[in-house]
Amino acid sequence: MDFNLSKEQLMVRSIMREFTENEVKPIAAEIDKTGRFPRETVEKMAKYNMMGIPFPAEYGGAGGDDLAYIIAVEELSKWCASTGVILSAHTSLACWPIYKYGTEEQKQKYLVPLAKGEYLGAFALTEPNAGTDAASQQTTAVLDGDNYILNGTKIFITNGGQADVYIVFAMTDKSKGSRGISAFIVEKDYPGFSIGKIEEKMGIRASSTAELIFQNCIVPKENLLGKEGEGFKIAMSTLDGGRIGIAAQALGIASGALEETIKYVKERQQFGRPLAKFQGLQWMIADMATEIDAARLLVYRAAFNKSNGLPYGKEAAMAKLFASECAMNVTTKCVQLFGGYGYTMDYPMERMMRDAKITEIYEGTSQVQQMVIAAAVLK
Amino acid sequence: MNIIVCIKQVPNTNEVRIDPVRGTLIREGVPSIINPDDRNALEEALRIKDTYENVKVTVLSMGPPQADAALREAIAMGADEGILLTDRAFAGSDTWATSTALAAGIRYIGDYSIIFCGRQAIDGDTAQVGPQIAEHLGLPQITYVEELKIEGDKVIAKRALEDGYFVIESKMPVLLTAIKELNKPRYPSIKGVYDAYKGDKVKLLSAKDIDVDFDNIGLEGSPTQVNRSFTPSGRTGQGEIFQGDYKECVNKLIVRLREKHLV
Repeated sequence: MDFNLSKEQLMVRSIMREFTENEVKPIAAEIDKTGRFPRETVEKMAKYNMMGIPFPAEYGGAGGDDLAYIIAVEELSKWCASTGVILSAHTSLACWPIYKYGTEEQKQKYLVPLAKGEYLGAFALTEPNAGTDAASQQTTAVLDGDNYILNGTKIFITNGGQADVYIVFAMTDKSKGSRGISAFIVEKDYPGFSIGKIEEKMGIRASSTAELIFQNCIVPKENLLGKEGEGFKIAMSTLDGGRIGIAAQALGIASGALEETIKYVKERQQFGRPLAKFQGLQWMIADMATEIDAARLLVYRAAFNKSNGLPYGKEAAMAKLFASECAMNVTTKCVQLFGGYGYTMDYPMERMMRDAKITEIYEGTSQVQQMVIAAAVLK
Repeated sequence: MNIIVCIKQVPNTNEVRIDPVRGTLIREGVPSIINPDDRNALEEALRIKDTYENVKVTVLSMGPPQADAALREAIAMGADEGILLTDRAFAGSDTWATSTALAAGIRYIGDYSIIFCGRQAIDGDTAQVGPQIAEHLGLPQITYVEELKIEGDKVIAKRALEDGYFVIESKMPVLLTAIKELNKPRYPSIKGVYDAYKGDKVKLLSAKDIDVDFDNIGLEGSPTQVNRSFTPSGRTGQGEIFQGDYKECVNKLIVRLREKHLV
């Protein structure tokens, strides 16, 4: 068993660290405060092939692997979880289903510019009445000549309003239930497609979360992704991979918070000595470091399995369950160790704690991960 | 046009600690990076490559086999190929022995218009290797370059001084040393990383492969002898406080500074 990263993965990590330090960290507090989408960061990431890390070069990608991509999300999320999820939703939820299920024409038309970062991607499954119960899709798609006509509303769509291309799920045959769902590639300018409410959120405030409205939206029939009725399968398998991205985001938040806290407890003096000298606090730090390491091993294993063609659904669910709860636990404790300062916006701790919460909710709540894991181990 | 950029792999001094007893760097667990000034040199070479056609950028380094990673990183940034001079015979080299070896490596490569070095390395701060290479090769040199233009077969460089600058023109081939003001180095691209490790982009050369005088390389060939390294204790000089009318204070201050030849 080899726990070493490859030379390429090590270099990707050092590039992402430097990139995050110079380009992401300096604006993290500002974009959290204002909720401004960091378009300039997305452009910079595109320039350095960070928007399509795990895809082959012939499809516009960097020719890397899933673990390198996961490391990129982790490193970005150490300082800015918003930037981390922009990359994760784009890569795992928009690029990947086209790479996996798209026709060659669809790959050339959409995956190439997405993986190059010329387009930003999004994934639209959730509806007001179809959250965890994703099969209860009310958006419909009806074939009319050469086009599908989409009607319905999607909510909480990450990169919504900023993306150029959306993977949209809709019912093509209601009588078949989840087997009546199909997936479509929808461009932002298609007639009948508009952006509704942009959510004001507790955390990941610089990531755009939007409502998508389809009113007789015309989608060319060649933009059907996979076959009619394959949508639910496409959605679920896409989310299996997406969960590794969110797990990496959670891992990044937790390790970034602990890194800052370690610096702080070494400097902050109370009762004439640094906080780091108090055994009670040392134990907190030790537990957090152990938990983060365990999360990292779970996340990296899931990415490793995915890259190597091994099953990864259960592993991804375990990684996301554990890493997201680790992020919430660690950031809460880090705020505690920062004391009053941790509660202020002068320090990044409160932001990290707000950002951590969403990782337990989106791309499958912790309870959904438990369902997935239980189904796998009890079968 | 061929450009050779000399780079050094150094410990990231932001993360390095000093052993208080032995006075040496604790290198264990410290990540290695391309020396920052060398990255500026490489960036400028890559900008020339971006601007003109038929420019080939070769990165050259002397070091242990691990220095391969620094060359691959340079290739990921956009350099065409790397050459690593690696041999036990080079171990313990001071600046003289290093510049002797690098000059031999450059002669081995042969055709070049510009040799680019960083001003100095963060683990040694000597700023000697670049100028020494120029002397070994009998080349004109412009150090501390903060701005560069290419015109025909000439370079026009702005050479930074503490309180001003020179504008110097030189025919190529020429050796230049870069300072951080020259540019902001690009990041290696992620695709570049994967491409850098494909195929045979880094060539390893031993001392025997290049035409080098063995008496002038390695520890034996190094005239510099390190007697002891230590962290200096705190300054012992005492401060002086001027009190009273501010004009009088400023006058006194200027007199004192003049006495010390500081102004």
